[in-house]
Amino acid sequence: MANELPGHGGDAALNDGLGGVVTDWSGDKQTFPVPWGKAMMWIFLLSDTFIFGSFLTSYMTVRMTTTVPWPNASEVFALTIAGNHVPLLLIAIMTFVLITSSGTMALAVNYGYRRDKKKTAMLMLATAILGATFVGMQAFEWTKLIVEEGVRPWGNPMGAPQFGSTFFMITGFHGLHVSAGVVYLLVVARRVMNGFYDRKGTYETVEVTGLYWHFVDLVWVFIFAFFYLW
Amino acid sequence: MAYVAIADRDDPHAMHHPKSFVTRYIWSQDHKVIAIQYSLIAIAVGLVALVLSGMMRLQLGFPDTFSFIDPADYYQFITMHGMIMVIYLLTALLLGGFGNYLIPLMVGARDMVFPYMNMLSVWVYLLAVIVLMASFFVPGGPTGAGWTLYPPQAILEGTPGASWGIILMLVSLAIFIVAFTMGGLNYVTTVLQARCRGMTLMRMPLSVWGIFMATVLGLLAFPALFVSAVMMTLDSLIGTSFFMPAIVSLGETESYDGGSPILFQHLFWFFGHPEVYIVALPAFGIVSDLLSTHARKNIFGYRMMVWAILAIGGLSFVVWAHHMYVSGMNPYFGFFFATTTLIIAVPTAIKVYNWVLTLWRGDIHLTVPMLFSIGFIFTFVHGGLTGLFLGNVVVDVPLSDTYFVVGHFHMVMGVSPILVIFGAIYHWFPKITGRMYNDSMGKLHFWLTLLGTYSIYLPMHYLGILGVPRRYFAMGTTDFIPDSAQAMNAGITVSAIIVAVVQIVFIVNMAWSVFKGKKSGGNPWRATTLEWQTPQTPPEHGNWGEKLPVVYRWAYDYSVPGAKEDFIPQNEPPEAGVIAGREHGVEHS
Repeated sequence: MANELPGHGGDAALNDGLGGVVTDWSGDKQTFPVPWGKAMMWIFLLSDTFIFGSFLTSYMTVRMTTTVPWPNASEVFALTIAGNHVPLLLIAIMTFVLITSSGTMALAVNYGYRRDKKKTAMLMLATAILGATFVGMQAFEWTKLIVEEGVRPWGNPMGAPQFGSTFFMITGFHGLHVSAGVVYLLVVARRVMNGFYDRKGTYETVEVTGLYWHFVDLVWVFIFAFFYLW
Repeated sequence: MAYVAIADRDDPHAMHHPKSFVTRYIWSQDHKVIAIQYSLIAIAVGLVALVLSGMMRLQLGFPDTFSFIDPADYYQFITMHGMIMVIYLLTALLLGGFGNYLIPLMVGARDMVFPYMNMLSVWVYLLAVIVLMASFFVPGGPTGAGWTLYPPQAILEGTPGASWGIILMLVSLAIFIVAFTMGGLNYVTTVLQARCRGMTLMRMPLSVWGIFMATVLGLLAFPALFVSAVMMTLDSLIGTSFFMPAIVSLGETESYDGGSPILFQHLFWFFGHPEVYIVALPAFGIVSDLLSTHARKNIFGYRMMVWAILAIGGLSFVVWAHHMYVSGMNPYFGFFFATTTLIIAVPTAIKVYNWVLTLWRGDIHLTVPMLFSIGFIFTFVHGGLTGLFLGNVVVDVPLSDTYFVVGHFHMVMGVSPILVIFGAIYHWFPKITGRMYNDSMGKLHFWLTLLGTYSIYLPMHYLGILGVPRRYFAMGTTDFIPDSAQAMNAGITVSAIIVAVVQIVFIVNMAWSVFKGKKSGGNPWRATTLEWQTPQTPPEHGNWGEKLPVVYRWAYDYSVPGAKEDFIPQNEPPEAGVIAGREHGVEHS
């Protein structure tokens, strides 16, 4: 008896329904059957969701409170290619690049669990390059807005000043997330290459990095929808 | 070989024990050292805030007497006092201090799950404090916008510290949030994933439950403050108009246009109301353990206490606009928030009843921690009841921005958590230092603090009903406030000075006892929870020596019939002939 570990009362464990769920979750084990780093990343992403949620809610609020008309996003973000006026072209490419990077990341996680060092590192490198490309295109977009269109955080010629304020703030904050993710990917890719995770015995860090990367992509989908399509 | 995380290893030699003084006490990754670092920084900055409140009371009690306090100073004192006390003292001390110390010890872990990040947390917190303190020395001084920092006035000329002070405040808050997030992720993950064998969630001491839920609230509420800090910094520094409408200020039209000051209020209180519970829930949890231990009785209704903590945490996210009844919002909005606010009284009342029922027919030892815990029940019931007044729109509107509000929130989230913090420091002092505090000095400290704070805040409710507005530098002469209000103000000031001075007794007691106190032994309170069962006192790095503890029972097996002692530690295996204790209402046969 003394060596037997009394878990949570034996009868209760057989409960169906909500009681059973509570018993199972609160049982004598890790609450979530995942490594610590992964659990912590999920919790961090939940917290980060609230940051972007607050940013986007604030954007919607100031868009409603300002009395000046809001600029037409598809006009502002149009490119003229060989004489053709294409609305939202750059943003479409940026979104495509970022979503593609989620695909390469997912492959990297897969090869990580197969302990294929080389392919994992290469795919992570590809993800980082796509991420850096995204940030580069964002820099191009910002430059175009600032230099050619005259958009400033405190005002712009097209309409409500909050357009520029929220745009630079939110895409800037997202761009910082992507840049941090690129650094994170490169660090982990290097560790994959030099066998750090073979010695550690698990490639879970690749997946944790992937979680962060997919989150940043998902946030972009919302920013894209709220800023460019609305 | 499968990777085994440090806190799960039975062999402590794998932990790389620090050797030098610097790695042991300064750049330490040991949760206990980090906890003490957090606590000492928080207490130091809290003393600054205490001095500021004394200055405010001097001005209010004896206006036109002190030439060194002008109106701008007064507003700066108010602002810094409020912000320091709420964020840099209470949040940091309860979560960074007690959370760090108690979580790994109480759940039977060797350390937090990511000790290096935990170490970064305390140093980033120190950076936040330094930035905040720097604002006392910049041109214009610290911000005087009130602790709520409402725009547009917070960043407009005419408010003290509108140029440098407010920026440093916002930057400091953002840094604090980074520090809190690094620590908070550790606390939550440790509770969820790193408990020792046998420690189910429903066997955790309520202290851990309270700290855990408060940390979850912090991780979800601080983002709103972070976002509003970023936006207001941009408004102030580069002239965006997130929170700033078109304004004519001091006869000049400002360049702002089209922003929403109410947006800031929503963001701020979406953080601000959960913040009340970030401070209160750890206090709820700790006081439950203190009452149970010192009344030698199991906590009444453990299961309900846990659910109440969770319910309060959930509800605290849908009540924020009760701070904004006077902002001119839609009456239906007010109706909704008044309803949710009053609903939150239900789980809170459950907790209060359970504390009282824990005391009922208990074997009450009037130790210093017990005195503080009982004091807490009084102040909390008092502050909670006035909260019911303020939660109702029609009662709140006339009382808003009067001293009634000041009295209410100081009772409920100032004095109450502070009493628990004192009780907790006295309670765990023998574990942290291995020595006992001086009992007589502790009791003196308790009685003067309790009676003193009561005589500060009780009269404030009356002043508020008279209509004395808060945040006024001086009342001058009015038609509706009798002159006797000034006599009461003077009395409050005298009490406040006495209470402030009495804290010297506490500091002297602690400082003296660390070196000269009587040796306490490992478990002077004969308590059941794991932190009292460590092989060494104070616990060494790694906490548990060779073997991690194994838990067989809940945390409240006091006075179990048939047992040899009046307490059974959580890691004591069941024994033939002894009823295994009632595990939160489930009878084991």
